[in-house]
Amino acid sequence: MSLASLLRLALRALAINKLRSMLTMLGIIIGVGAVIVMVAVGAGAQAKVDEQIRALGSNLLLLTSGATTSGGVRMGFGSNLTLSEDDAAALNREMPEIVAAPALRGSAQVVWGNSNWSTIIFGVTPEYLDVRQWALAAGRVFEPSEMSGAGKVCLIGQSVARQLFGNADPLDQVIRIKRVPFTVIGVLEGKGQSLMGTDQDDLILMPISTARKRVLGGNIAKLRSVGTIWVKMGDAQDSKATEEQVRALLRQRHRLQPGQDDDFSLRNLSEVMAAQEASSRVLAILLAAVASVSLIVGGIGIMNIMLVSVTERTREIGLRMAVGARTRDILGQFLVEAVTLSLIGGLIGIAIGIGASLAIGSLAGWRILLSPESILLAAAFAFAIGVFFGFYPARKAARLNPVEALRFE
Amino acid sequence: MGPSGSGKSTFMNMLGCLDRPSAGEYVLGERRVSDLEPDELAVVRNQKIGFVFQSFNLLARTSALENVALPLVYAGVGTRERNQRALAMLDTVGLAHRADHQPAQLSGGEQQRVAIARALVTRPLLILADEPTGALDSRTSLEIMALFQSLNREGMTIVLVTHEADVARFARRVLRFLDGELVEDTEVRTPDDAAAMLAGQSASARTAAQATESQAGSAAS
Repeated sequence: MSLASLLRLALRALAINKLRSMLTMLGIIIGVGAVIVMVAVGAGAQAKVDEQIRALGSNLLLLTSGATTSGGVRMGFGSNLTLSEDDAAALNREMPEIVAAPALRGSAQVVWGNSNWSTIIFGVTPEYLDVRQWALAAGRVFEPSEMSGAGKVCLIGQSVARQLFGNADPLDQVIRIKRVPFTVIGVLEGKGQSLMGTDQDDLILMPISTARKRVLGGNIAKLRSVGTIWVKMGDAQDSKATEEQVRALLRQRHRLQPGQDDDFSLRNLSEVMAAQEASSRVLAILLAAVASVSLIVGGIGIMNIMLVSVTERTREIGLRMAVGARTRDILGQFLVEAVTLSLIGGLIGIAIGIGASLAIGSLAGWRILLSPESILLAAAFAFAIGVFFGFYPARKAARLNPVEALRFE
Repeated sequence: MGPSGSGKSTFMNMLGCLDRPSAGEYVLGERRVSDLEPDELAVVRNQKIGFVFQSFNLLARTSALENVALPLVYAGVGTRERNQRALAMLDTVGLAHRADHQPAQLSGGEQQRVAIARALVTRPLLILADEPTGALDSRTSLEIMALFQSLNREGMTIVLVTHEADVARFARRVLRFLDGELVEDTEVRTPDDAAAMLAGQSASARTAAQATESQAGSAAS
């Protein structure tokens, strides 16, 4: 029998028990739908993580000042500013392949006209924008004279621009930061949320000398100390080796004895990202496991129904054998029926999966990424399930004895 | 013919190549078929033998035409030729006008005639009919026997299994089975003619109907 006529036969047989066929397909529908949604959401999350890694800047080390201990109470990293601008300068000098950017952090109330906003102030050097791979949406960067002369100029993030200025143009406007007037010379490009969910655009950058002398100065005892130093490593470098060189240089500068703890912390942000990526991959594997369990259960459902169908239609099989059906004709008939069942289920599952992915994308605001490969894979999987679980019942049908099959009640 | 358990069905299965003999040999149309493989037997059944069953064994929810064409499907005949031949065969049994009907829409006699058309469609050497009238009323049985007799007169070999003498009297040769043994083999020179009996019945039925009518007429006057 030709494939087309087998297919017609299968469709007719399935149409006779519409509800039963539909229920049998449900397992496959759910399994395939879950695969599609899983891949779409997983790929979307992956794309977002990649983008965030790019936004943060690749191959970053973050140095944070060490902890104070006062009367046995340890205060946590950053409470004692052990790092200094000179450390950053030394890193840049001694290790020309890296870029170190010191940053002094504080918060302040910012006022422009009637509006005010509380935000984070970073005192930085021009390297900071390079290290963070941050471009300007408008305006210009700091000039050397502004760096050395504690110029009262600042760059503002997108969120600050929106909160203070609304639709007005912030360039060359004068804002007050802790009652000190600053001229806005530029607006940073938007970076969006960080992996931890904080708004990266809610900040103001100013020359580090300005921050120290005019805004945050009162609180800080040591003259050139900073809270953090960002270090950008070249793309091709061995990040582990570079990390150790940075550590060794700082230990030497801080005159730490061997065996003594670091008075700073060093974190490789790419590794943090990699960990995030790994956890999202674990989630995807988990979903894949659930989906494959559903597919297997669906396959068993198909096998079960095909066995019932073979028993129900024993006389039909006997008759077909009597009028000349060979083993392979009967095998083909029931195999095509099982595969048709699972393939139709698969197609419905794909449609539902795409629909659900789009719904999740628009309702939850997650990024989704539908790939033709995943859809093809799901269809191929449904096909394979049909063949695998349909084979045993079909073989059972094909091996019936025609005399007994005809006599079957 | 023979009573239940006499071995006539087993004999029939053997003749029909549905079962293989455990001993002895079976030659059908000059071909030794008793030691063929199952798939080879399927081809022999397809080409040489037509089956008619007591319970018709038509495929449900399938048109009469497709039912008749079924053996041709397994013979590898193309759709167009298949349908032509099936329709011609339905015409032979007088059911061409019912080609699109499904078994559930046909009477018992009509279903059995569709089954006979299906048995004939591959132009077999012989037709095996297992109690073909067992599920039919006596008048319809007579119709079916008339059809078999006319086919037989045209040269078709028909082997019919029954336990009713009423059916056996239309045969030219009667084999009697008892407890697995062939106990009697009789040639019948002049078997009863089912078609003639049918015509006679119709005539008497008409006379009876006329009689009732005239009675009714006289009652009215």
